[in-house]
Amino acid sequence: MQPKSDLPQGTLDLLILKVVALGPVHGYAIAQRLEQVSRHVVQVPQGSLYPALHRLENRGLLAADWKETETGREAKFYRLTGKGRAQLEKEAASWERLTEAVSLILKLSEGGAE
Amino acid sequence: MNWWQRLVGRKTMEEQLDKEVRFHLEQCAEELMARGVAPEEARRRARLALGGPEKVKEECRDARGTRWLEDFWQDFRYALRTLRRKPGFTLVAMLTLALGVGASTVMFTVVNGVLLRPLPYPQPGRLVAVHGHTSTWNTKAFGEQNLAYPDFLDCQRESHSLVLAGSLFDGGTVSGSGDPEYVDLQEISSNLFSVLGVNVRQGRAFLPEEDHIGAAPVMILGYSFWQRHFAGRPEALGASVTFNGKLYTVVGIAPPGFRMRDSEPDVMTPLGQDSAKFLQSRGPHPIGAVARLRQGATLAEAQAELQLIGRHLAEQYKDTNADRSFVAQQLRPHVGDIGSTLWLLLGAVGLVLLIACANVASLLLARALSRERELAMRVALGASRGRLVRQCLTESGVLALSGGAVGVGIAALGCQPFIALWPGNLPRVEEIQFDWRVLLFALAVALLSGFLFGLAPALRAPARELEQVLRGGGRSVAGGSRRLHSSFVISELALAVVLLVSAGMLGHTLLRLSSLDPGINVRNVLVSRMALSPSTLANTDRIRAAWQDVLERARRVPGVQAVATVDTFPMREGFNEVGYWPTADVPEENKRPNALATSVSPEYLEVMGIPLRRGRFFTDQDRIGSEVVVVIDEVLAQQAFGGQDPIGKQLWMPDMGYGPFVVVGVVGHVRHWGLAGDDQAQVRAQFYYPFAQLPDKYLKRWSELMSIAVRTEVAPLSEVESLRRELRGAAGDQVLYGVHTMEQLADDSLALQRFLLMLFSIFAGLALLLACIGIYGVLAYLTGQRVPEIGIRIALGASPSGVMWMVLRQSLGMILVGVAIGAAAAFAAGRILQRLVQGMQPAELLSFAEMVPVLVLAALFASLLPARRASRVNPVIALRQD
Repeated sequence: MQPKSDLPQGTLDLLILKVVALGPVHGYAIAQRLEQVSRHVVQVPQGSLYPALHRLENRGLLAADWKETETGREAKFYRLTGKGRAQLEKEAASWERLTEAVSLILKLSEGGAE
Repeated sequence: MNWWQRLVGRKTMEEQLDKEVRFHLEQCAEELMARGVAPEEARRRARLALGGPEKVKEECRDARGTRWLEDFWQDFRYALRTLRRKPGFTLVAMLTLALGVGASTVMFTVVNGVLLRPLPYPQPGRLVAVHGHTSTWNTKAFGEQNLAYPDFLDCQRESHSLVLAGSLFDGGTVSGSGDPEYVDLQEISSNLFSVLGVNVRQGRAFLPEEDHIGAAPVMILGYSFWQRHFAGRPEALGASVTFNGKLYTVVGIAPPGFRMRDSEPDVMTPLGQDSAKFLQSRGPHPIGAVARLRQGATLAEAQAELQLIGRHLAEQYKDTNADRSFVAQQLRPHVGDIGSTLWLLLGAVGLVLLIACANVASLLLARALSRERELAMRVALGASRGRLVRQCLTESGVLALSGGAVGVGIAALGCQPFIALWPGNLPRVEEIQFDWRVLLFALAVALLSGFLFGLAPALRAPARELEQVLRGGGRSVAGGSRRLHSSFVISELALAVVLLVSAGMLGHTLLRLSSLDPGINVRNVLVSRMALSPSTLANTDRIRAAWQDVLERARRVPGVQAVATVDTFPMREGFNEVGYWPTADVPEENKRPNALATSVSPEYLEVMGIPLRRGRFFTDQDRIGSEVVVVIDEVLAQQAFGGQDPIGKQLWMPDMGYGPFVVVGVVGHVRHWGLAGDDQAQVRAQFYYPFAQLPDKYLKRWSELMSIAVRTEVAPLSEVESLRRELRGAAGDQVLYGVHTMEQLADDSLALQRFLLMLFSIFAGLALLLACIGIYGVLAYLTGQRVPEIGIRIALGASPSGVMWMVLRQSLGMILVGVAIGAAAAFAAGRILQRLVQGMQPAELLSFAEMVPVLVLAALFASLLPARRASRVNPVIALRQD
């Protein structure tokens, strides 16, 4: 098993938005999906997932409905709002710019710094 | 979801949150079980992975961002529960506050209506008043100067920034069917209604072509007059009304409540139709002018423009307009000098409110102390300091708002009775009503007082060492709290002293004023304005005979002892000031001393019972053609002639238009300005001159404002009907109006002082009561806290009287400090009263000497009960307690 990474500050929201963008999903599934997709590299602290969901809902980026799961249990399903979609695109773009810049810096050869 | 839904749907949200977290845990556990983990272990691991369901939930609640609101809601319900648990405390605190808030709201409602509400016209900020101005004019004594009609017309024509409208106040007799009635007339320019932005209720306003001499006589009726004479029937439009013997066609009816200079005109006619001579000259200045700023114009532009017009007129008409300019000012409601009285009362009521606040604060503080353990427990369980302060303030806020709501109720009920009690006419009384400002005021006052009295308990709540409190069981009293308590009591007492001493000073003033000699014998004297028949007034030759006839007819009425005509009588609005000089080299106008001039018929002295000091009063031989004479009062005799005998001396009075006058008698001084006002009046000297010697050219004007004074053998008011019948004249259109007795007038001249005394006594009584309740409550609480200590003292041999004295000494200390501070403040309050109330004497020691003991005794009495209770403490029980 590879060592797990802590999430950089502020990225949890972005990840949640991205997962929810794929279709209505409940909290437990979000946690599962994040771990699976990141091949268990990203460890979502489950305790901070729910406050984040509530915060996003409160800001109007997410909306929620109570629906039945395939096992017939009632669960709270989150989906993306229009505002949430716009936010996702904005944050994803800025994330990409940032990572590109960071990797460019990291690729500098030691001697070339001066 | 908005915040309101959140608040209301709190319960649903809690349930959903719980369900969501539970779903997560179960899902997680099931998955683990599917992988073969034992159920018990699976649930444990699921909980571990989540990190404690309650903690997650708490963080979710925080994430909602409406946490403060939910806390507030919780505090609010908690406050309600706590207050309900102690109904006695809640009731006393609420009533105290309700009284304070209610009384201040009543006062503010009046202040708001009379002083603060804008004029009831559209865009009142664009309305201005236009006045004349000369450097020698004394605005303070005479008010703003009006305009000469030709000057007004010039301003109206030449101003580009203002639309001017003018009015002239007059009166006259409406006759025809029924009793003749003397009514108030406003002659107005045709655009007055449009300038003010008022629509006539029915019919139309005057047309510009009706605003000229010779146009068809038309009239607009005041709403009340229309109700009175036409019972509100629409047929009044087009009907004719006989006014001053001339037929007018009614073309419009003014809306209800339409007022000019705070009185509703009965009838209105076009100003331009008046052909009176004084309207054609630039000498007299009778026209009141209002104007509306034109679109885009500013007041400063209008000012500059009027100044320019004034300068042109001054060059053109040197003898009348030299040095005369015109000024525009924001149009303000006409309320006279009522403002100072109103603010004074609002201030006094504010003191009562402060006392109420101090009272509730000390009650709350006492309760906060007994709840110390509860608060300490909350801190121990993790409540932050800010959270506790918020909880305490919520509690006092709830108390304040509920008290305030009751207070608004009291104010709503009390406002009308209060206005009814007001002596004389309260200006703009129709504007006094509950509007948003009043409600805002009440809300602000309630919240502010809630904050004031809630702050002290709130701030000290978590300040103590937790452990000590939790262990100590609130047995010891910290010095800090005792000081805080004492400061509440001291401020209450000080405020009460201010109100008590003020009431005392007013009482003394009133006593002194009512014992003053008015200078006349007010018993059995009737005074009334009298309008001659309009046809007589139109013919100067008949006026003298007509007045003679009035006097003779009145004398024939049974029960009448003596009767006289008089132009201005004492203690009533209306006076003539005339400059005089005892030698022929009379100085210029504003350098001459002034005296009050009164034209009378010979029996006036007998009617009024004024004492004759020297010489003689007038006789029927003083008539036109004989030597012109005056009778002066003692004040004028002293001022004009010093110690010399004035009889036979002469007085030069250019304003009278004839003379010089020979002094033939000296009479006693009459308090013309009322019992209260006369001593401070600027002009006190008086003289009388015979109406019979008035030159013909003045006869008409004087007769229009004439009164008769009658001395009766029976109750004066019972003579009114017979006099009215006897004096109706041949055509039945002579009217008595504005009937008073001198006794009433003398009494009314002290009405304001009496009213203030009554209110201040009520306030002072309230203050005393509240302060006593306050001192009782605080002492009872403080001694209650000291029971164990007192128990020890008694066990060690202290006598009951010693213990009692100990408690009393503590209260006496507070009382003395309170009285000392209060006395200093009362001294300052006395100076304010002296400035604002006529006839007020400077703060006398007597008022202090009377009122302070009252307070000290009452306060000591209030402390007696707790002191006695302390002296009866049973040491065995006290020491075993807790």
